[in-house]
Amino acid sequence: MEPFIQHTGVGVPLRRSNVDTDQIIPAVYLKRVTRTGFEDGLFSAWRADEQFILNVEPFNAGTVLVAGPDFGTGSSREHAVWALKDYGFRVVISSRFADIFRGNSGKGGLLAAECDQHDVEQLWKVLENDPGTEVTVDLEAKTVRAKDFVAPFQIDDYTRWRLLEGLDDIGLTLRHAGEIENFEQSRPSWKPVTTPIAVS
Amino acid sequence: MTSSTGKARTLAEKVWESHLVRRGEGAEPDLLYIDLHLLHEVTSPQAFDGLRLAGRKLRRPDLTIATEDHNVPTIDIELPIADPVSRTQVDTLRRNCKEFDVRLHPMGDAEQGIVHVIGPQLGLTQPGMTVVCGDSHTSTHGAFGGIAFGIGTSEVEHVMATQTLPLRPFKTMAIVIDGELSPGVTAKDIILAVIAKIGTGGGQGYILEYRGKAIEDLSMEARMTVCNMSIEAGARAGMIAPDETTFAYLKGRPHAPAGTDWDAAVENWRELRTDDGAEFDAEVHLDASALTPFVTWGTNPGQGLPLSAEVPDPERIADENERVAAEKALSYMDLKPGTPLREIAVDTVFLGSCTNGRIEDLRAAAEVLRGRKVADSVRMLVVPGSMRVRKAAEEEGLDQVFTDAGAEWRQAGCSMCLGMNPDQLKPGERSASTSNRNFEGRQGKGGRTHLVSPLVAAATAVRGTLSSPEDLLTTTSGAR
Repeated sequence: MEPFIQHTGVGVPLRRSNVDTDQIIPAVYLKRVTRTGFEDGLFSAWRADEQFILNVEPFNAGTVLVAGPDFGTGSSREHAVWALKDYGFRVVISSRFADIFRGNSGKGGLLAAECDQHDVEQLWKVLENDPGTEVTVDLEAKTVRAKDFVAPFQIDDYTRWRLLEGLDDIGLTLRHAGEIENFEQSRPSWKPVTTPIAVS
Repeated sequence: MTSSTGKARTLAEKVWESHLVRRGEGAEPDLLYIDLHLLHEVTSPQAFDGLRLAGRKLRRPDLTIATEDHNVPTIDIELPIADPVSRTQVDTLRRNCKEFDVRLHPMGDAEQGIVHVIGPQLGLTQPGMTVVCGDSHTSTHGAFGGIAFGIGTSEVEHVMATQTLPLRPFKTMAIVIDGELSPGVTAKDIILAVIAKIGTGGGQGYILEYRGKAIEDLSMEARMTVCNMSIEAGARAGMIAPDETTFAYLKGRPHAPAGTDWDAAVENWRELRTDDGAEFDAEVHLDASALTPFVTWGTNPGQGLPLSAEVPDPERIADENERVAAEKALSYMDLKPGTPLREIAVDTVFLGSCTNGRIEDLRAAAEVLRGRKVADSVRMLVVPGSMRVRKAAEEEGLDQVFTDAGAEWRQAGCSMCLGMNPDQLKPGERSASTSNRNFEGRQGKGGRTHLVSPLVAAATAVRGTLSSPEDLLTTTSGAR
């Protein structure tokens, strides 16, 4: 995974709460077996509307999405993160993220930056008053900047470290392979296994 | 089973601590062992690819099981899948399971079904376990008193490679449902009322533990319905302490412990309850006796009301975000404020899904439909959660009740819950659905969904408008 330190790009104000992962990418796009190429599915129902913000210049070139609370609720589909990244987004800002979406973002190198709702609303105004305004998101300093607007954002320290270093979770865990083996030795014998059982 | 320090612990804390491979230091998360990993065709292909690319093995095929559920058609299952993209995805799962030696129940197999229906049915889901799957409704399995939650595809790959997950401890929330349910009020009504109360973000960061008399009184299948929709309240996991109901359900199932193993297991399972004096980070109370059939009117599962209510007026919602959300929802749903919910006419009724596709759900709906007809204006789909559920229903003659009433009797799968197979709503169509999500377009592009219990689904099918079974006892249409 590529390290994420700082990013600057066009901010997109998405004035919606409860943007669920079915809206981010509908189920029909989940039939693919690849990990890339999901940009056409991003917000596909909303993009059918010409007025939708991603159909309006310069927002169509946006890379920092600024959304309402409860972003990424619902289905666990990591395709939501892939679709946002494939479209070009590097950062999503919201005052509250669904747990699974937040976790998936961290794995996929998309920064989920949690700001106060008050700051989100200020940022919406900045982006709406001057479309095309660039937003700078600094993961080291944990700040969001756009023109005169500056606000802090929250992210857990471990995810921040992993993103800054561009580290792969599986590699990190396998450093503890010995501890996993020890744990396995101690599991009760009656715990189930999936090996087929002969049915008489 | 208090901790070494003697501190009173919640059920979630007990299960968490018994799966600690390693406690995280500083900002580092804990490393948790995973007892059971469930796979299906949609969220696994990229994970298998990742393993192959890194030259890694699947660490514990014997703790892994796969089924085909999201894409599978529910008619003509002896034919190849018509949609080539769906077919490729299912074929990919078959190839991957063969290559990595994972047990798979393919379309047409006697044990095939929705991943969250087959785990419990086989007796693989047991108290005190950690269960994960690349599907957010994995919370279902928490009904047995384990920690069960949905994961993304990167985490699927992580579990495949290591049988563990790095996780930060969740906070705990007690959802206490006291009192007794009135007749005609079900587990689905409980959970819809809970979500309406705490909101779609209310459970974010928490494991929910459902407690109280009304929960203890529920059957195992009803408990699964409750835990299933924990994610709709924002919680990754929901759980219920195991008791005699749990043990009776498990005993004799194919993968349940037997003989002396059974005794050892039950002794361990009896310790799996929140200690007296243990503290939750949050607590919510609801009185079961005050609950009535509950339905959703909007486009997220928190937008629900008792069936006796009217479509709400956004003007009266104080919170700006909620008001805007309600306006958008009413516009999408094509509903006017003040309309009695009972007057909303539907085109389609869907009975099925990992929320309400088990045998008790089918029995409840069949009891309402027995000797009655589905309204001419309504199409009703009955999709059993698994092939075993389907077989059991046929042995009881439920299929006959459904088809006599004019409903369609289908094969097992996720079906219209999310419309990845051909079972979809057309643009503008409206459904009463026993599934779990009323998101825009979830059941088909432009489709409109009202979430309901199996009893409400069946009564709605007969009257053609959102209804409860007691509405069928009055003769005048529209009478309350």
